[in-house]
Amino acid sequence: MAYSDKVVDHYNNPRNVGSFTKDTPGVGTGLVGAPECGDVMKLQIKVNLDTGVIEDAKFKTFGCGSAIASSSLATEWLKGKTVDEAAKIKNTDIVNELKLPPVKIHCSVLAEDAIKAALADFREKTASADASAASKQ
Amino acid sequence: MTLKFPIFMDSQSTTPVDPRVVDAMIPYFTEKFGHPASRNHSFGWEAESAVDRAREQIAKIIGARDPKEVIFTSGGTESINLAIKGVAEMYREKGNHIVTTAIEQRASLDVCRRLERQGFEVTQVPVRADGLVEIDAIRQALTDKTILISVMFANNEVGTIQDMAAIGKLAKEKGIIFHADATQAVGKIPVNVEAAGIDLLSCTAHLIYGPKGVGALYVRRKAPRVRIAPLIDGGGHERGMRSGTLPVPLIVGFGRAAEICGEVMTEEGVRLAKLRDRLQDMILSNIDEAYLNGHPERRLPHNLNISFAYVEGESVLMGLNKESALSSGSACTSSTLEPSYVISALGASAELAHSSIRFSLHRFTTEEEVEHVGTRTIDVVKRLREMSPLYELAKEGVDLKSIRWKAD
Repeated sequence: MAYSDKVVDHYNNPRNVGSFTKDTPGVGTGLVGAPECGDVMKLQIKVNLDTGVIEDAKFKTFGCGSAIASSSLATEWLKGKTVDEAAKIKNTDIVNELKLPPVKIHCSVLAEDAIKAALADFREKTASADASAASKQ
Repeated sequence: MTLKFPIFMDSQSTTPVDPRVVDAMIPYFTEKFGHPASRNHSFGWEAESAVDRAREQIAKIIGARDPKEVIFTSGGTESINLAIKGVAEMYREKGNHIVTTAIEQRASLDVCRRLERQGFEVTQVPVRADGLVEIDAIRQALTDKTILISVMFANNEVGTIQDMAAIGKLAKEKGIIFHADATQAVGKIPVNVEAAGIDLLSCTAHLIYGPKGVGALYVRRKAPRVRIAPLIDGGGHERGMRSGTLPVPLIVGFGRAAEICGEVMTEEGVRLAKLRDRLQDMILSNIDEAYLNGHPERRLPHNLNISFAYVEGESVLMGLNKESALSSGSACTSSTLEPSYVISALGASAELAHSSIRFSLHRFTTEEEVEHVGTRTIDVVKRLREMSPLYELAKEGVDLKSIRWKAD
């Protein structure tokens, strides 16, 4: 199977590989997939708590080249978006951008799942932080 | 010597045609173009004698007593189809049970599946972690309805070589026909149908530096005389077992390829095993949690199959494919989403089955190529591990099995 130029570029020069410390305020972590399925993505966002804007994003992926490219692209797109805007990223956007063939669509689905999981984790952490702050007042 | 890219290290999928084989074939396209079944003129006689010579060359490399026992086909897949379906149809009155293993190649598995739909029963005997099938496991699988034992001589992914003589002996004891899928073994390691008690043997030209599009099925004529129903009816060529005009140039090439293998096999095997061992040592000594798949000794000299924990096979190949051609048991390299059933059958975890890489060396592989592929593989695996969340978790001391993965 030949890869699109964009997949090859992301594979060779992955953007934003790395990790944030999970319990840092403003960090949301999504870990999706399963080793036995051949794909695991960890995607993290770092949100500015004053503006609600995602200031940084990082990923680590176990998976094929298309899975690596999908998550790399997702981190690029997340940066600069608000949390609400980020929730609108769809797997089909990733498919179109990377020109993924049908057999690789599950990679884009997993990337969308990873984004959603990171956003949910962020919201949950922020809500509980707010709640504990409120209870202290 | 300077390296020429891309480096081909996927010789268990196919091999380049040896230039000596091409030389032997060429006259049979142009001036010696006769039909071997034309009995009344010199063009036919010339073609027939070329085919007979190839039959002898192939009979010799598999240790057949009589060249007439060699039937030409279009390749390994057809030979396997002809062997298994041919026996199933011919001996249906006698029984409907076939015994095979869990690590056969797709052609065998699919033929067996089709026969199951037609009312046959198939037992897939499991293999050990090193890929060897236990003779007792085969013995236990046999019933009074068993008409065929079909086993791969050497595995296409992990290279494990079965104890064919022991299986052949068991088959003789029980009066059951024994088919060997020797597509990966012939020309690479000694194969002898008499010594191993093989009744039917499938092989192909393109894995022994011959052309694509031609294979052979050995069909025993004596002790016992094995009969098979044909798949293709027609002019009654190949003793009625496989009709169709013989592709003389391909057959000539196949014969010459077998002859060359017979001459160089011992020396070539030693050379390739040495290069393979070098590659294996390089990789295993530089990468932690890299696991050799298959049997460490009883395997083809040109085969190396390694699983790299925490990285996925296709992503490793993608890092190498500009400069080298390898293959993977990874699901992502195939059209299905299932990882290698061979590696899985050896009892490896699904994760490790997703991360297996097969290096298969060949006649023209050089030491420089091995050094290059080894070095690059190490680089790529290390790079991918740096971006692997599984590697990160493992390094943090997290047991990956303790995590509740959210699979789709």
